[in-house]
Amino acid sequence: MRELLELLKHDARRPAKELASMLNISEYEVEEKMAKLEKDKIILSYNTLINWDKTGENTVTSIIEVNLTPQREVGFDAIAERIYRFDEVRTVYLMSGNFDLLVIIEGKSMQDVANFVATRLATIEGVTQTRSHFLLKPYKKDGIIIEDKEKDRRLVMSI
Amino acid sequence: MTNWNDRISPVVKSVPPSGIRKFFDIASEMEDVISLGVGEPDFVTPWSIRESCVYGLEQGYTSYTANRGLMELREEICFMHKRRFDLDYDPKTDVLVTVGVSEALDIAMRTILSPGDEILIPEPCYVSYKACATLAGGIPVPVPAKAENDFRITPDDLEPHVSPKTKALLIGYPNNPTGAILSKEDLEAIARFAVKHDLIVISDEIYGDLTYGDTKHVCFAGLPEMKDRTILLNGFSKAYAMTGWRIGYALSNPDIIAAMTKIHQYTMLCAPITAQIAAVEALRHGEKYMRKMVSEYDKRRRLIYDGLQKAGLKCFEPKGAFYIFPDITSTGLSSEEFAEKILMQEHVALVPGNAFGECGEGFVRCSYATSIEQISEALARIEHFVNHL
Repeated sequence: MRELLELLKHDARRPAKELASMLNISEYEVEEKMAKLEKDKIILSYNTLINWDKTGENTVTSIIEVNLTPQREVGFDAIAERIYRFDEVRTVYLMSGNFDLLVIIEGKSMQDVANFVATRLATIEGVTQTRSHFLLKPYKKDGIIIEDKEKDRRLVMSI
Repeated sequence: MTNWNDRISPVVKSVPPSGIRKFFDIASEMEDVISLGVGEPDFVTPWSIRESCVYGLEQGYTSYTANRGLMELREEICFMHKRRFDLDYDPKTDVLVTVGVSEALDIAMRTILSPGDEILIPEPCYVSYKACATLAGGIPVPVPAKAENDFRITPDDLEPHVSPKTKALLIGYPNNPTGAILSKEDLEAIARFAVKHDLIVISDEIYGDLTYGDTKHVCFAGLPEMKDRTILLNGFSKAYAMTGWRIGYALSNPDIIAAMTKIHQYTMLCAPITAQIAAVEALRHGEKYMRKMVSEYDKRRRLIYDGLQKAGLKCFEPKGAFYIFPDITSTGLSSEEFAEKILMQEHVALVPGNAFGECGEGFVRCSYATSIEQISEALARIEHFVNHL
């Protein structure tokens, strides 16, 4: 199972036929395993990593440190849920260290994001402080180098 | 007019030129060629190894090193052999760091072969083996490995080729070009054969880290009583994707290493210090990156093995290195015809099997050290080619 997941993590669009060859199992087994992984919510979704900068579309990403006052019984979970339910919020992590939640927000403009933080995020009960950092340039994401200049420099044939 | 060709030594003249020149020239001109003809990893050297070399340069490490190589590198090489194969080599006397296994191979031959000495060389094999033996003044005696034995060599194959002049045996497993490996039992049989005929064994284990499935590489020198009789050659090119660094080593008894060091000090002086620093890092921290690359090759191996069979080419499952050696006799073409036609018609470059010895005729070598996407496309083209002959 681990091998299948590793292969899909690298390229989720690999045909079942190829996966079957590489894993030395039948195509049917590949499909069955994938269906089970999806059903068990081990595979949550198949994403595409996009370099938006190249599309000309403007998106702004902000990484926000959020401090909270934990609540009786539910700790941070209830406030986290109130935050992650917003569509604008792409990622939420509970953190150790100087702040409690790391929240990643995407918007169309800085104004857009600032507005969201001021009116929606900072005003949630239990949120005591927010510190926003705007992302300037991605170099590497999810193990992929955004503009990788390394290429195959080998001779076309060698013995 | 001077005929310069007459001035060239007959020994050098007797060595044939590379068997891929013709294909290389054609393939180099093609835009959309997919090459399964490359004998080196498609990975770039892991960053931590590259970074250690850059740091070394910044610190001013630009001088010669000891002839035998940096002591810390020799120590790491010995630690690794102790850890992995329980072999005790002394970094002071039993190790020589060389400019790739190529240099080690050359000086090992020059160290042990006198004019007229014969060395048994199982084929198909890496192209340098025979040439190095000839250039060293020895006589290479090719021993065909049998396709029906999955190209494993046995004492029965070797025995008919032994003569009173046989001095050494050269084995290269995991094998380039076949992907064959020798099991512990196979190697033990060869060890008995070496003792029986009192042969020195040169064991080129450059692909030793690249074995797949449940197969574990067995180091020939680690077999009982084989350590002193063996000149063990290894390096960093294949396992750590460091071909261009040119760094390898030889391990043997102190007498042989001292003799090899003599040639090395007069001809090479030392291996590049930059590559030696990088090799230290590879041995100290590189294993996890190496394992990851090996697991990548393994997936590609299974893909290409499956794909070639589906394309109608018979082949045995390679257990090591990153080559597969399909039988193309069903197509009615010779190895060279197959390689040339598939290059011209389908733009797939591969190496004819006879480049690795006469018994490689009827086979071609495909390297799977290339991306899954390229392998899939190459397999589709090979299948199309085979079905439209």
